[in-house]
Amino acid sequence: MLYLQILVNGIVLGGLYACIAVGFSLVWGVLNVINILHGTFIVIGSYTAYFAYIKLGIHPLLSIPIAAAILFLLAYAFQSGMINKVVAAPVLTTLTLTFGLDLFVNNLLIVAFKADYRKVILEHPLGVLTLAGITIPEDKLAAMGLALLLTGLLFWVLDASRVGRAIVAVRMDREAAALMGVKVKKIYALTFAIGGVMAGAAGSLISLIYPISPLNSLPFLGKAFVICVLGGLGSVPGAMLGGLTLGVLESFGALAFGPEHAVTLSFITLILFLLFRPTGIMGKRGYE
Amino acid sequence: MKRNLLLLALIGILLAPMVANNYMIRLATIMMLYCVLALSWNFIGGLTGYPSFATAAFFGLGAYAGAVCQGQGVPMYLAWILGALMAAIFATGLGLAILRLRGHYFAIASLVVADVLREIVNSTTNLTGGGMGFNLPILKLEVDAQAKLFYYLMFVLALLTVATAVLVDRHRLGFGLRCIKQNEDAANMIGVNATIYKTVAFILSAVFVGWAGAFYASWVNYIEPGDVFDVLYSVKPIVMVLLGRAGTISGPIIGAIVFLLMEELVWRNFLTFHAGVLGLIVVALILYLPDGVLALNFRRLVAWRKNG
Repeated sequence: MLYLQILVNGIVLGGLYACIAVGFSLVWGVLNVINILHGTFIVIGSYTAYFAYIKLGIHPLLSIPIAAAILFLLAYAFQSGMINKVVAAPVLTTLTLTFGLDLFVNNLLIVAFKADYRKVILEHPLGVLTLAGITIPEDKLAAMGLALLLTGLLFWVLDASRVGRAIVAVRMDREAAALMGVKVKKIYALTFAIGGVMAGAAGSLISLIYPISPLNSLPFLGKAFVICVLGGLGSVPGAMLGGLTLGVLESFGALAFGPEHAVTLSFITLILFLLFRPTGIMGKRGYE
Repeated sequence: MKRNLLLLALIGILLAPMVANNYMIRLATIMMLYCVLALSWNFIGGLTGYPSFATAAFFGLGAYAGAVCQGQGVPMYLAWILGALMAAIFATGLGLAILRLRGHYFAIASLVVADVLREIVNSTTNLTGGGMGFNLPILKLEVDAQAKLFYYLMFVLALLTVATAVLVDRHRLGFGLRCIKQNEDAANMIGVNATIYKTVAFILSAVFVGWAGAFYASWVNYIEPGDVFDVLYSVKPIVMVLLGRAGTISGPIIGAIVFLLMEELVWRNFLTFHAGVLGLIVVALILYLPDGVLALNFRRLVAWRKNG
């Protein structure tokens, strides 16, 4: 019973993780850019949800579109204004650029909102669901459900829409896509913006569960790294699988080694995966 | 001419503590530290072209190895060497493992190492004091004498790093590393043993940093995991090298000096926005000065200003 409960906890956590990582994975896979800003984008999403609730009384699950819209604009501006200029440069250049942007934006957040931890406390808190002896907090369940829904929506956009097909085409072969009339730079900016949208949505979902602080951005980023490497790059199902794996791994790891070793455990898993299976669990498309 | 200038600079550095106040000495010590960090990163990042973010890991490891050894009663001088050795051994193992990765994967793997080490230090409270930090034995020296001692020590370490950089630059090792940077597969084909060369470069990027970490621990007398494993120790050397010019010897040194000047003159005025200003500088650097200040053509700049 205990193990089943832990497994369920892990899966619920994993759904959220998938949502955290899917935008990051998309940007990495399509643009070949590691977006260090991703964690900060998530935090901005959380703050949007927080203030929408405090000032306007909008439930965090309903403020997702607001957070998504804000981050769409922000991310689009960053990519088309700055990152596009160096997008073809070596890894070090793009990585350092997003690192610099992250230092700046994160510091702005600290100045604006202080580094204290805040929490969305609902007036009518959601209850706890008990099913066959397994308890699941309803807020987590709702967040996970929405997270999976959003991830599925992204999958559908990539799979069925014109823009989505263009993004996939650029990911497969940039030159060929350009020859077919795809405006590569514009697709880059859109992809980055979609990454921002997913981060913003994840942020507002998370505001229900985790405390909010600018200092949380690095842990979120770390999780995104691990999930991408576990699941393989740039594919939505990969991020989903990676997120669920990490969620379950962390839950059982907390039981076996204690929760204080969660970071160490996940990063060691990351390094092991990089060394022995850099293509991820599904083994699709390696990238050296 | 150039040689005379260098000699003059050396004499100046040696005699400076006679006239400078403690603030200046402290600043100069940090400058030496930055030179060591920048030149060290240059071995792996500048020469070999591997985007390593492991500097913070080596720095923290050296600091903690030196500190814990001293706490166990090892003499200070020996503890420093042990700190450097520890960083070198760790870099050997780590390098053999992760240098097989390329591009982003290498960057990420090297980036998370410092976090893992920090968590390990945090959880081994008995040995390292965990999150409470570690107090080092206090030197039986006057404050002034102590400041001068660490100034000269850091200077010697910086000289050692420069000497190593010059040697590597002239040796076939430097040539091989440049080959790897240009095209690793081709380098392998023409007989450069890329694995060994890269690992040596990685060790070189660790040993002086670990040493500097051990100095740092003794210098400030108190270290804690969040301080010495700070990710900024990984980012700053990269910024310095990019400020100067990657792959050269004078580039990282000039970059370190310019960086320190900016740090002192510009953003000590932004106490709550320290990291933000650093971020702005990084962004400006990448977008407008991708080849560093050494690449600036001052004559053209002057001509442009005259015409404009």
